[in-house]
Amino acid sequence: MSAAVTADAHELAQELTTARGLLRFATAGSVDDGKSTLVGRLLHDSKSVLSDTLDAVQRTSEARGLEAVDLSLLVDGLRAEREQGITIDVAYRYFATPSRTFILADTPGHVQYTRNTVTGASTADLVVILTDARTGVVDQTRRHAAVAALLGVPHLLLAVNKIDLVNFDQQVFDTIAAEFCAYARELGIPEVTTIPISALHGDNVVTRSERIGWYTGRSVLEHLENVDLTDDSADGSLRFPVQYVIRPRSDELPDYRGYAGRVAAGAVRPGDEIVALPSGLRTIVTTIDTADGEKDVAVAGESVTLLLADDLDLSRGDLIAGVQDAPAPVTEFTATVTQLAERPVRAGTRALLRYGTSTTRVVVTSIDHLLDIDTLTYVDAPAALALNDIAQVTLRTAEALPVEAYRPGGAVGSLLIIDPADGTTLSAGMVGDRRAALHHPRTASRSGSPVVTTTTAGEESA
Amino acid sequence: MTTIEKTPAARVAGPHLRALESEAIHILREVAGQFDKPVILFSAGKDSVLVLHLARKAFYPAPLPFSLLHVDTGHNFPEVLAFRDRVVAQGGLRLQVARVQDWIDDGRLTERPDGTRNPLQTVPLVDTIAEQRFDAVIGGARRDEERSRAKERIFSLRDSFGGWDPRRQRPELWGLYNGRHAAGEHVRVFPLSNWTELDVWNYIETEGIDLPEIYYAHEREVFQRQGMWLAPGEWGGPSTRETLQRRQVRYRTVGDMSCTGAVESSATDVRAVIEEIIVTRITERGATRADDRLGEAAMEDRKREGYF
Repeated sequence: MSAAVTADAHELAQELTTARGLLRFATAGSVDDGKSTLVGRLLHDSKSVLSDTLDAVQRTSEARGLEAVDLSLLVDGLRAEREQGITIDVAYRYFATPSRTFILADTPGHVQYTRNTVTGASTADLVVILTDARTGVVDQTRRHAAVAALLGVPHLLLAVNKIDLVNFDQQVFDTIAAEFCAYARELGIPEVTTIPISALHGDNVVTRSERIGWYTGRSVLEHLENVDLTDDSADGSLRFPVQYVIRPRSDELPDYRGYAGRVAAGAVRPGDEIVALPSGLRTIVTTIDTADGEKDVAVAGESVTLLLADDLDLSRGDLIAGVQDAPAPVTEFTATVTQLAERPVRAGTRALLRYGTSTTRVVVTSIDHLLDIDTLTYVDAPAALALNDIAQVTLRTAEALPVEAYRPGGAVGSLLIIDPADGTTLSAGMVGDRRAALHHPRTASRSGSPVVTTTTAGEESA
Repeated sequence: MTTIEKTPAARVAGPHLRALESEAIHILREVAGQFDKPVILFSAGKDSVLVLHLARKAFYPAPLPFSLLHVDTGHNFPEVLAFRDRVVAQGGLRLQVARVQDWIDDGRLTERPDGTRNPLQTVPLVDTIAEQRFDAVIGGARRDEERSRAKERIFSLRDSFGGWDPRRQRPELWGLYNGRHAAGEHVRVFPLSNWTELDVWNYIETEGIDLPEIYYAHEREVFQRQGMWLAPGEWGGPSTRETLQRRQVRYRTVGDMSCTGAVESSATDVRAVIEEIIVTRITERGATRADDRLGEAAMEDRKREGYF
């Protein structure tokens, strides 16, 4: 390395060690909308692809007789997919620019893979939906937008791809954008952006296109770098699911008893009064411990260990909550679930329920409605849920759980229904009625409003 | 290389690293909470050293609730084995070593004609998991390492043969990791899934984590094979047509000596390594692992067989 290179690298290393934001986003689109090409283009044009990876893609493109390098090959991971030319599962990609770090969940576009879109979007701050300028807003576009809305994803970006194939016609773009924005507004999505692009040629992907003069907005990457990421998960009352009890039982620390976990919502400080659920016992947090020393405060997302003033004998599965609006433990509640497995779930199905760090027996008491994802209306419930169905169900648990309405990101109010025989994840759910929440996205997502609570703790001994 | 673009494949940030640390600690605590007999795969390579470091932080001030397992090909770097034993002794840890040589000696494995033993690790690993009834096997693999790993779960279900079936993997939503499995099956757990090579190095610098010295530039006798600098050893090389040269090199991964290449480097400390990574345009595994060059789908095939 020359001295100049070394100096530049040094400067850059400094620059890249400074604080930067993290954006988690997901991509969705129909099979031929060019999603893999867009993702390949983002990785390539943001200089995230390293030379030997690119060499391999170049060789493969040549071997297949293609004139240009097929960037979609950068993201087609498994041989099974390459042979069939499809993407069968969520793939995670990592790239960074000097302003932000990105974790991308790349989800396949097949109609039958709605479950993967749900998975990819479950923790996303933003979802990019691709559509073909020649076909516009199709069922699949509306379906992806609806899934993003149900999960509470705050930002939606519609990339109208192949704009070169409609001669960069502004009229075409405006019609698609207007139709999509109207639909997204119905869904109650707080922020929607539309951008005309050509993933194949790179127009408006990383750099702004000169060929689309009538469009004066940001490129896709610029939008990803600038979208507002205000996070209010540290506001409000503490939610701290206990993962593990730390007891050294050593000569130096014979009585140390710490509750290890990750703050799911709110913040905690030494001296705070808390309530342990489902027991309802109250005490004071004395210490927030970590391997790096004690902390004055821990906020949502941080893994810490809490020490309490009284020995409440908590264990994995218990919830430590702020005393203000602590959820009441219940044994029956409703949830919006997505069926993830081929194995059907029906009224009467007995399974395991995972909520926070707790696992308990559950019975599906009823399938109340099936959600038609194209019209977002309830239709008659089927006898059994099939793969990719989204439905409103009522669940009854063996033990009372402090469940509360789902919040975007899923740190609060998310659940899994698990087959006790082999551990298969049958369905994933969001506590409450997410369709009803669509029309009141703000209140429903943040208020911790009560869900159906027909049975209170203690009444049920299933 | 004379110019540097200002948008490299680099991701680092104070808050970003803390978020990755909290996520990894959360995952490791889930393992302790959900499984009866977990084990950390510990090769003393930087990723496994990092996993061990995070695990000790996760359960501080209690002792580590996991034991360690190393599959030793018999062709490992002596410096790395010495480092491994030092870490185990100083930390009061429990280490079990599964030696490929033992499997060759009793006929369960046969030496390959090319002398490389990296692919031979799978059988001792799967055998040991079954013998010891480990139900969670924690590894340092990252999704950014290789294309087929981009789809790997954080909790990855393996059948009783250690095999990985992409179609049986469970969707992972939110932070809900499902470790339930049938008898005889186990779960591989990857707490560093969302870390990149640069995140790992930045964290090593931030935390002041010790690594085997061969990760930093040093003088060594090496010879060139297929564009890589290999070190001579009991495993075989160099052949008569290959000549030894003295070069200043460092290793980016530390695996089997027969297929782990060195890169020429003058980086003698962590900061210098980070700067080299920022200017380099060669991915980690591609630059230094001969066995990944066997074919486009090499990693996918080995994963199906039970390799990491």
